Amino acid sequence: MNTLLRGIGVLATVGTVSLLAFSLPSGGEARGDGGGDVMPRLTHKAWQQECASCHLAYSPALLPRASWQRLMGGLDRHFGENASLDPATRADILRFLEANAADSGTSRMGNKVMQRMGANDAPLRVTETRWFVREHDEVPRATWSRKSVSSAANCAACHRQAEKGVFDEHDIRIPK
Amino acid sequence: MIERFLFSSLALLAMTSAGALAAETPASLMARYAQEAGVPASALSAARGAALYRTDHPGRDGQPVRCASCHTDNPKQPGRTRVGKRIEPLAPTANAERFTDAAQVEKWFRRNCTDVLQRECSAQEKGDFIAWLNQIK
Repeated sequence: MNTLLRGIGVLATVGTVSLLAFSLPSGGEARGDGGGDVMPRLTHKAWQQECASCHLAYSPALLPRASWQRLMGGLDRHFGENASLDPATRADILRFLEANAADSGTSRMGNKVMQRMGANDAPLRVTETRWFVREHDEVPRATWSRKSVSSAANCAACHRQAEKGVFDEHDIRIPK
Repeated sequence: MIERFLFSSLALLAMTSAGALAAETPASLMARYAQEAGVPASALSAARGAALYRTDHPGRDGQPVRCASCHTDNPKQPGRTRVGKRIEPLAPTANAERFTDAAQVEKWFRRNCTDVLQRECSAQEKGDFIAWLNQIK
């Protein structure tokens, strides 16, 4: 069983590495978008400071613009919590999210998310996107509710390099 | 239009200069909240602050909620957000950055008081709260 799993892991890794190799940008692009399961590498001070005080700073490439607009318009009731910001910071973060959203055409990850998104879909949760559901369809329901995981919003529980935007299969370790 | 632009520029300028002067201490924030509440700083109560921290309140979904739900019963320990992210300890003795930035302190009181108490905290409550955390050794 273990060998089988390891085999699958190796295959997945090889697959990912070759995907990466083929998806490297041909020109010298300033922004690293490694394709595969790597989020576009972005920096934005307020996004990182504010969003990441409570959860991972989810990549803007995971949701379309309409989703980010809805989400940032309701921060005082953010999934049951008050996450309100001063208007200037809110506008600053929203501009950044819109510019790099899944449907902004700026990242491979965004394109993958959009491939499975309906034209009028604007989900509020990354976990509601068809892309996410498909990527995680092998994870049993009970795993999400483990104390060590807490919530499907806790990417870093299993994706050890999530903070760096790396979501490769071989970095996954599901905690007990 | 021009007036509005001028006003927002002025507001921005005020915010920026306030940000530059953000180096507060727990004691200076206690003094500020006491003044806002119209009481001497000596009237702030660590015991009331502790009670505020430990008391259960009916949350938005009807489930009891209190500060310790996320920050744990011991504010010298790190807490966890609802989605499992680490929260640095609240007590200044365990986390020197606590209560050193007025804008941060106001932001979190505004958010967390509305989540836990379903209303904003009064200046007196904020002062009591810091008074309690600040005397923890």
